[in-house]
Amino acid sequence: MPERSRLISRGWCVVLELIVISTLNGVLFGILLFLMASGLTVIFSMLGVLNFAHASFYMLGAFFGFQISRWVGFWPALLIAPLLAGALGAAVERFGLRQVHRNGHVAELLFTFGLAFAIEEIVQIIWGKSPVDFRIPPLLDFSAFTIFSTNYPAYKMFMLLVSIIIFAGLLVALKKTRIGLIVQAALTHPQMVGHLGHNVGRIFMLVFGVGTALAAIAGVIAGPALVTQSNMAALLGPILFVVVVVGGLGSLPGAFIASLLIGLVQTFAVSMNGSLDGAFGPLSPAYAQTWLADIWGVTVAQIAPIMPYVLLVLILIFRPMGLLGTRDT
Amino acid sequence: MRRLTIGIAFALLACSHAAIAQDTVKIGYIDPLSGGGASVGEVGLKTFQFLADELNAKGGILGKKVEIVPLDNKTNPQESLIQAQKAIDAGVRYVTQGNGSSVAGALSDFVTKYNDRNPGKEVLYFNYAAVDPILTNAKCSFWHFRWDANSDIKMEALTNYMKGVPTIKKLYLINQDYSFGESVRSAAKTMLKAKRPDIAIVGDELHPLLKITDFAPYVAKIKASGADTVVTGNWGQDFALLLKAAADTGLKVNWYTYYAGGTGGPTAIKQANLNHQVFQIAEGIPNLGNPAADTFEKALRAKYDFSLFYPRAVNEMRMFAAAAEKAKSVDPVKVATALEGMEFDVYDGGKGTMRKEDHQFFQPMYIASFGERTEKEPFDEEKTGWGWRQAAKIEAEQTTLPTTCKMERPN
Repeated sequence: MPERSRLISRGWCVVLELIVISTLNGVLFGILLFLMASGLTVIFSMLGVLNFAHASFYMLGAFFGFQISRWVGFWPALLIAPLLAGALGAAVERFGLRQVHRNGHVAELLFTFGLAFAIEEIVQIIWGKSPVDFRIPPLLDFSAFTIFSTNYPAYKMFMLLVSIIIFAGLLVALKKTRIGLIVQAALTHPQMVGHLGHNVGRIFMLVFGVGTALAAIAGVIAGPALVTQSNMAALLGPILFVVVVVGGLGSLPGAFIASLLIGLVQTFAVSMNGSLDGAFGPLSPAYAQTWLADIWGVTVAQIAPIMPYVLLVLILIFRPMGLLGTRDT
Repeated sequence: MRRLTIGIAFALLACSHAAIAQDTVKIGYIDPLSGGGASVGEVGLKTFQFLADELNAKGGILGKKVEIVPLDNKTNPQESLIQAQKAIDAGVRYVTQGNGSSVAGALSDFVTKYNDRNPGKEVLYFNYAAVDPILTNAKCSFWHFRWDANSDIKMEALTNYMKGVPTIKKLYLINQDYSFGESVRSAAKTMLKAKRPDIAIVGDELHPLLKITDFAPYVAKIKASGADTVVTGNWGQDFALLLKAAADTGLKVNWYTYYAGGTGGPTAIKQANLNHQVFQIAEGIPNLGNPAADTFEKALRAKYDFSLFYPRAVNEMRMFAAAAEKAKSVDPVKVATALEGMEFDVYDGGKGTMRKEDHQFFQPMYIASFGERTEKEPFDEEKTGWGWRQAAKIEAEQTTLPTTCKMERPN
């Protein structure tokens, strides 16, 4: 009897371990996505342009972080790289987007689209097409804690911590400072803010710069954990758009919920082995093994990477404005 | 008058181009040089360039200089066909490829159809690493030659070794979701069921090819299954990042792999502290004690700072030269006829044969483990200090498997 209960409790421990680790990984991925999606959402709300080059700034952040950490170390890079990328973003807004603005939204969209390609090629020219060796700083290269028998790396806890600090800072800045109040107003009533005499152009530049700096910070901290390579932007770009569409274009809380949702869904889906074959078993229709074999036998784990896109399709069918969307697309 | 000058200039250009073309043998290297496969594609390219230099130092092939033409296919079958056409337009008559059986299938098909429609302008396809068995079975082609043991041969060798390891009780399979990964998992399941029915297969995972950068969820699943052994055909970035995630979470299992030695693999294994717990089946490793191989290894490391992961590429280039010498021509049809059935002294010692029926090369294979070295293992990998140690050798005759190939030969 005690033997059986020990086996059962060991079984539960294994499941609990998997759930805890998956939650941590999922939340981490979600927060990283939100770092980028928040910038994208705010830029869209204020300037009305969906910045196709947003993931490229994430990539720039990673490469600037790599290069600067090679010269002066990781910790200065953490500070300098996002500032550099943000300055670049502000320059793009001032000298690029603002000129294109008078030609309409489509022109702005195409401009950012072209910018994304240009940034990718420039990165390839400077750093090559292979992954670069962006390492975790030795100070953080240990395991933070052990859950049952799995180690959780300290660097991932650091990523979580940095993201939370940044959000706390942003929240305070938005709610408590004067410029934050103006930005909040401009989010929903940009023309009114202009009429009231505030320098809307300067605010736009600031918002674009901060938004891209956020994406760049995500790049600097994700670079050592994920692969830093010139295809980074292309890999993460599509998921970013899924996040903003699912969350609702123009809604920051929506982007937050959507990021966490997608992060958790993608991570948990990997642990699930269910398939239609497993669910129906002997009740499967006759042609399940032949015509439908591919669909019937595929497990949730196998399609985990496309789950976000399935979510996108469902949202667009049932709730096109997104979970908490405030604006019509 | 101006038009005449321009016309003459173009004619001269064309003539000079043709003259240069006669003196070089161009080999198109169609493999990823960007994206997820770039880390291994670049190493492969440099290896082939080193081998071309080696041949050129001895006068080239029949007096002609060997030139490697790099063509980036981004591990994409459609892109590979575009690059193959580009190569053919540039006068290339030999293409070589290895990273991805998905690409290999498309290339083999393309080359076969092209040769059918363009007699006299045939192109040969030298496959140095794409090991889906179908390429030398149902989809075999006279124009395709494979220098790497196919997936079934490798799994046969691995499972024979695993038969004698009683500590394996729970086995986890994780592979890339495409033709090769599928062939690894089905061969593993069938062969293990026959040789060790007592082993419980506690997981059978497929993940997208070269797209995942964070394997933490997959490693968590391996942990949860309670497996003591993992069998994987993952290569390149997919293997390196999988082991990196295993290192991060402290996963301690034994790994039986095909491509643990690829770029990034040894570093990740050392990071995971898996001393002689990772095994690889390959046609050669640096520490086999063969003097000629040792000299080559030292020269390659001196030039490029990476170790030889492709003894099969060495065999391919050397046999190509030998076949051209035998046929006294670099015409693809004559070279192909000379290549099939050819016996050759392989890079790591011993003899290999290019079987005529299916163009599959059979050679001695080695199972090796990666870990701390002794004086018998002079070479380490990726500056980790650890190196490969032979655990078993399988003679060429023991690796032979039957084929279902019904090859259509040109008359």
